[in-house]
Amino acid sequence: MKNVDIVIIGGGPAGLAAAIGAYEAGARDILILERENALGGILKQCIHNGFGLHTFKEELTGPEYAQRFIDKVREYNIPYQLDSMVLDINAEKVITCVSREHGVQQFKAGAIILCMGCRERPRGALGTPGERCSGIFTAGTAQKLVNLEGYLPGKKVVILGSGDIGLIMARRMTFIGAEVLCCVEVMPFSGGLKRNIVQCLDDYNIPLYLSHTVIDIHGKDRLTGVTIAEVDSHMNPIAGTEQYIECDTLLLSVGLLPENELSEMAGVKISPNTSGAVVDETLQTSVPGIFAAGNVLHVHDLVDFVSEESELAGKSAANYVKQAQQGTVSHRQVVMGNGVNAIVPQQISFTPDHDVHMMFRPRAVYKGAVITASVGEQTLYTKKARILAPGEMVNFTLKKDDLTAANPDLPLTVEIKEAA
Amino acid sequence: MNKMLTCIGCPMGCQIEVELDDNGNFVSSKGWSCNIGKRYAQEEVTAPVRTVTALVEVEGRQEPLSVKTANPIPKGKIFDCLAELKKVKVHAPVAIGDVVVENLCDTGISLVATKNIL
Ligand SMILES: Cc1cc2nc3c(=O)[nH]c(=O)nc-3n(C[C@H](O)[C@H](O)[C@H](O)COP(=O)(O)OP(=O)(O)OC[C@H]3O[C@@H](n4cnc5c(N)ncnc54)[C@H](O)[C@@H]3O)c2cc1C
Ligand code: SF4
Repeated sequence: MKNVDIVIIGGGPAGLAAAIGAYEAGARDILILERENALGGILKQCIHNGFGLHTFKEELTGPEYAQRFIDKVREYNIPYQLDSMVLDINAEKVITCVSREHGVQQFKAGAIILCMGCRERPRGALGTPGERCSGIFTAGTAQKLVNLEGYLPGKKVVILGSGDIGLIMARRMTFIGAEVLCCVEVMPFSGGLKRNIVQCLDDYNIPLYLSHTVIDIHGKDRLTGVTIAEVDSHMNPIAGTEQYIECDTLLLSVGLLPENELSEMAGVKISPNTSGAVVDETLQTSVPGIFAAGNVLHVHDLVDFVSEESELAGKSAANYVKQAQQGTVSHRQVVMGNGVNAIVPQQISFTPDHDVHMMFRPRAVYKGAVITASVGEQTLYTKKARILAPGEMVNFTLKKDDLTAANPDLPLTVEIKEAA
Repeated sequence: MNKMLTCIGCPMGCQIEVELDDNGNFVSSKGWSCNIGKRYAQEEVTAPVRTVTALVEVEGRQEPLSVKTANPIPKGKIFDCLAELKKVKVHAPVAIGDVVVENLCDTGISLVATKNIL
């Protein structure tokens, strides 16, 4: 078994930035393990533009954004191993990995950074009735088929779910000559960015049916059509609104789930709220020396924030290894008040050594509401927001001095105060 | 004639109504909540542009090359450009930023590679 200071699992944007963060904080014995045959993660297949505006002040495509980080990893000579699938991690931080080239390998890590990303909710998770025919893909699978493998998945397309990947694929399928008939969304609003609704649907006159869903799927071998219907406020289909749509392809864009099987093997506590690890402000999980960042921690909208978060995880892991064994740190809990969902971090040490970046998702759409973070009577942060929506993650920063000075007996509460 | 637009400046997504004269020229707009929307509405009805990202074939490979227009092109030319790209075949190796087509469909804008192919 080989000893390595810091092992990073996953070579997507999170893993790359974590490696760079660790290196820049002084770590040298780093290893990235990636199961695919190239670095870059999901960005390899995201060939549209819109990445990196926040970090590089220019709009890059996914592969261009990833390449900037890959170049840096190469410049620093940080070792990585491709085609290497991690199968197991235990609480002693022993990692078991398998690859064609090296067979089964084991590494004993000083610190581990979990960067496995997320996967799409498959059809099974939806429970849509109907026939089991071909022609049904998750939007991400279709994206990979088209952009990396050069295939056309179908010619007449219906998209279920209006998440950003589905919207982006509506435009891509149109570009490669398919006819996109409609996008069907069960909620009364879209979870996708406005920009994507305008530039991927409206630009090509693709209708978006809100409060609608697919209630039946038809076809023996290949999909021949779907039945859609309007739903009421309890999401039950309304009788009499059924409509048959002839199509050969159904793309599902119905949400992402962090990929945490390995985290659970290591005994990392998972939050039912984010489906990712419970972490503190250094992004350390409940297992000392195991850190998490990127989509495996919580599903992000913007890759820029994935990189930022992961650099911090890399730096924290480097510090952890340097200080060999730290005493246990005690934490203040973060409480989600009115309107707040999926907050990260879930706990903050009483004396943080840097300002703390908080992220959460609003539970609903709020106009003219105020976001506050407080400890007892003391307000640490307050800001009025013109609009808040579940599709856009909220970011704000708490000053370390304010956190250190706050009453240690009380939790930090983050809430949305709705306009009267 | 009036035209409805959704502002893409922020998640508010203000619905903007633009008034055009008989020649399709911009007259006025309403419905925006800030100057970003005001500016967007005027640009969007007078000279809408989009950056186009697409795929072109690579000689002897299944995996296509991803490309983009180096700058946004007029929205009305998107499908002409896509049709033009169907005829393009590149030879490996290709590096990010390499020009694949110059002056794409007389837009004055070139098409560049967005990934490295060894
Ligand atoms: C289909 C899809 C499309 C997306 N499109 C967009 C978009 O258009 N715009 C946008 O901003 N965001 C998009 N996202 C979100 C995007 O995933 C994130 O912005 C970003 O890629 C997250 O980076 P990551 O490194 O956390 O995850 P990923 O990019 O998913 O990288 C995780 C990496 O870990 C590897 N891995 C996982 N498990 C193991 C294991 N056991 N052993 C070894 N390696 C492993 C994977 O192979 C992968 O390379 C998309 C997400 C998905 C799923
Ligand atoms: S007009 Fe201003 S407030 Fe309204 S969507 Fe555009 S940027 Fe946002």
